[in-house]
Amino acid sequence: MTAITDVAAYLAEFDDIPGTRVFTAKRARAGYHLNQFAMSLMKPENRERFKADERAYLDEWPMSEAQKQGLLDRDYNRLLDLGGNVYFLAKVFSTDGLSFVQAVSTMTGMSVEDYQAMMVAGGRSAKGARSIRDKN
Amino acid sequence: MARITAGIGCSHIPVLGFAHDHKKTQEPIFKPAFDGFDWTRQWMKEDAKPDVVILVYNDHASFFDMKVIPTFAIGCGERFGICDEGFGPRPVPEVEGSPDLAWHIAQSLVLDEFDMTIVNEMDVDHGLTVPLTMMYGEVDKWPVKVIPLAVNVVTYPPPSGNRCWALGEAIARAVASFPEDLNVQVWGTGGMSHQLQGPRAGLINAEWDNRFLDGLTGDSDTLRTIQHVEYLRETGSEGIEMVMWLIMRGALGKSTRAIHRHYHVPVSNTALGHIVLEPVG
Repeated sequence: MTAITDVAAYLAEFDDIPGTRVFTAKRARAGYHLNQFAMSLMKPENRERFKADERAYLDEWPMSEAQKQGLLDRDYNRLLDLGGNVYFLAKVFSTDGLSFVQAVSTMTGMSVEDYQAMMVAGGRSAKGARSIRDKN
Repeated sequence: MARITAGIGCSHIPVLGFAHDHKKTQEPIFKPAFDGFDWTRQWMKEDAKPDVVILVYNDHASFFDMKVIPTFAIGCGERFGICDEGFGPRPVPEVEGSPDLAWHIAQSLVLDEFDMTIVNEMDVDHGLTVPLTMMYGEVDKWPVKVIPLAVNVVTYPPPSGNRCWALGEAIARAVASFPEDLNVQVWGTGGMSHQLQGPRAGLINAEWDNRFLDGLTGDSDTLRTIQHVEYLRETGSEGIEMVMWLIMRGALGKSTRAIHRHYHVPVSNTALGHIVLEPVG
C-alpha cells in the first residue's frame, strides 16, 4: 500500500472533524511548556506549591499569558486550542480532585449529570459528528 | 524455539484498575465489564499459561513526557516499576521483564529495519497494568514475564496501522528465531472508541468497533489499510489507540480464529473491547 507523504494534506483532514483538536506538531510546539508544567504536578510537592499560590507557580514557567489564564480558569477547550494535550491536562484536573468524566464533561457544554447519562445510554453517536464538510 | 501461541486485544481503561484495586468489580456499574474477562482468566490459568507477554500499550504522559517521544520503544530491563499517575502508584506487583528475549527481539527488529528505541529503565502506567489485572486478577506476583512495547499514539503522527501490522510480522520473525522454548503471547491494548477532549467528547461507535473486532479474525488484512483520519472521525480522537491492536494481529500470521470476545459500553468515557485470538495454520 501507499504511504502518506503529503504532510499538509494529512493534517488538513483533521480540521474537518467537528469538536476535536488533534494533537499535531503545531499544537505540541505551542503547548510544550504548558504540558511540561502539567507534568510537574505528578510530584506531590509541586501540587502543594501550585495549590498554595497558583499564579506564582505558573509564573515559574515560560508560558503565554493566555495559557496561564486558561489554566487559572480551568478552561480546557481554550487550553486544547493553546496546545494542551488531555493526558497532560489530566494532571491539572486530578490535582483538583476531578475524574476524567467530570473534567471531560466541562468541554462538552453539558452538565456532568447529562454527560454521564449520555454515556450510560451508549455515548455520543458518530452520526453527524464525522465531518464538517460532509455534514455526516 | 520460542513460539507465539495467542494474541489478546484489550482496552486499558484506567477506571477498571481503580475498580479492581478498590474491590468494586461486583458493583452494578462495573460488573458487566469484568464478567467478560472471567473466561479469559480461567483460560490463562488452566490452558494458555504463557511464559512471556509482549505487551503493546501506550504511556499516557506518565513516564514519557514531551521531552522525548519514541514512536516504538521496547523495554529490555529486568523489571519495571509502577508509575505514580498523580494519586500514588496502583497497588499491584512490579513487572518482571524478559531481557534476553527482549534484547533478541530489539536486535532482530533493528536488523529487520524497524528502528526501535531501547529502554532499560522505565515505569509503566495503567496502559500496561490494567490489561494484566484484567487477565490475572488479584495476584502477589504476576505469573508471567512482560516485554513492554510502548507506542506513541499521543503526539501526531502516530505510526500508521500498516506499519504497526508490519512490526507485528517482524516481531513474529524475531520470536521464531529465539532458541529457548518459550510460550509467548502478544497483547494489543487501548481503545476502543472514545474521545476525551473537546465538544465532541463522549463519542462511541459500537458498530465500527465490532467491525474492527470482526476484521481481526480470519485471513483478511483490510484493517491495516485504515487511515488515521478514519479512526478519528469514526471512533473519537483516542480511538487511534486501536492501531496498537494491529501489532498483535500482525504477529499472529496469515489467519486467526477468535476463541473469546467481549464488548461493553460504557466504561467511564470508553467502549470496552476484548478478544482472544489463536493463529491458524
